[in-house]
Amino acid sequence: MAKPILTIKDLTKKYSDNVIFHDINLTVNEGDTIVIIGPSGTGKSTLLRCINLLTRADGGQIWLDDQEITAKHCDEDVVRQHIGMVFQNFLLFNHLTALDNVMLGLTKVKHMKPEPAREKAMQELDRVGLSDRAGHYPGQLSGGQQQRVAIARALAMDPRIMLFDEPTSALDPELIGEVLEVMRKLALEGMTMLVVTHEMGFAREVADRIVFLEKGSIVEEGTPEDLFYRPKHDRTREFLWKITELYGKKDAGK
Amino acid sequence: MNVARFLQYIASGTAFTVGVTVIALPFGLLLGAVLAFLNVYSGKMVKNLTSIYSTMMRGIPPIVLLFILYFIVSGEINLSPFWAGSISLGIVSSAYQMEIIRGAILSVSGGQMMAARAIGMTKNQAIRNIILPQTLRLAIPPWSNEAAIVIKDSSLVYALGVPEVLRRAQLISASTQQPFLAYAAAAAIYFILVFITNRLLDALEKRLRIPANP
Repeated sequence: MAKPILTIKDLTKKYSDNVIFHDINLTVNEGDTIVIIGPSGTGKSTLLRCINLLTRADGGQIWLDDQEITAKHCDEDVVRQHIGMVFQNFLLFNHLTALDNVMLGLTKVKHMKPEPAREKAMQELDRVGLSDRAGHYPGQLSGGQQQRVAIARALAMDPRIMLFDEPTSALDPELIGEVLEVMRKLALEGMTMLVVTHEMGFAREVADRIVFLEKGSIVEEGTPEDLFYRPKHDRTREFLWKITELYGKKDAGK
Repeated sequence: MNVARFLQYIASGTAFTVGVTVIALPFGLLLGAVLAFLNVYSGKMVKNLTSIYSTMMRGIPPIVLLFILYFIVSGEINLSPFWAGSISLGIVSSAYQMEIIRGAILSVSGGQMMAARAIGMTKNQAIRNIILPQTLRLAIPPWSNEAAIVIKDSSLVYALGVPEVLRRAQLISASTQQPFLAYAAAAAIYFILVFITNRLLDALEKRLRIPANP
């Protein structure tokens, strides 16, 4: 029986009168990779930020495991330790080496001693294939390497779930592959992941479920086969056709 | 009076000039940095108060503020002109340093704070470990300008009777009728102090620069 790690119920976010999304319901089970797709400006990024409480939702509830993290008494700093987040523009700490970027959360947030923290950080860098770049500063790394360090930084906290906010959108095309490869590996290792992306190849191959979000609500949700080959809504078909054409795969949305 | 003793008399004021600067500059930095972080990261009320402080302090000539602060500070507690002058100058400088630090904080991208919070850091941890180290690096070039200004403004405490370089130049020029030599010597001392300080800060900036590929 699948165990839900993240449960979202009737989540709503608005800026004054402008509704970003409303009544979102979503369950992410342990080990699942859920990919969220949808046009720009439909609240995908805001949704991820609401999930790790960087932005407060205006309505609805979120549970991480059995804890309601939208509850008033909930310590958001503790919640965020358990939710890994990877940003579109990497956001590595510019003044720290790759190793220190990964170590910092361990020493400052988890209060680990420097030696075990360093060891753990090196393991995580190794996991994303960058242990040989431990002493490099972000400015000395390529975009793809920076994003892999950012993934290692999030993984080091041993999160229950990883959120990816368009992790390859800011990358040159030839650097996208290395980041997707790391993510694919994570998914295979059983990491629970919620990914916002336009990479349809990744979505189709790795996702357990794809969620199509448009104009602030979920239009359709299903397995990659369902969405790509048997979409229930015309909008889903249209969007998938457009985006796969854009990314050079015309066989979708038939 | 021979020239060597003449110059020596003025040069011995350097200790006071350096002393005033060495007190005023860090004092202003500490106060300015605290005000800048309060301005950027606290609520509206504190933000407004610090902005008013900055606007007022920067809108009044340093010498006028020096007199006002000197008579307040030395009226409340019994301080020597040297200490009162140094602290007053530090307070004047704090408003300018606040703006320097504030500008530097704002030029550290907002994403750095978000990334720090995302791994579970509290706001204070993020400020201490992520924002502050980057801010201070960014602040060095504009700060070196302010350091030069404070060194030069330290001459203002001559008006309070502190026997620093300018005060001594003025005294000896009056007693020897050699104004050019006296003030030229004072000018040279200020110039050398500013020059050395700027060089040191340039070196510091290079040393602390974050490595990056060109």
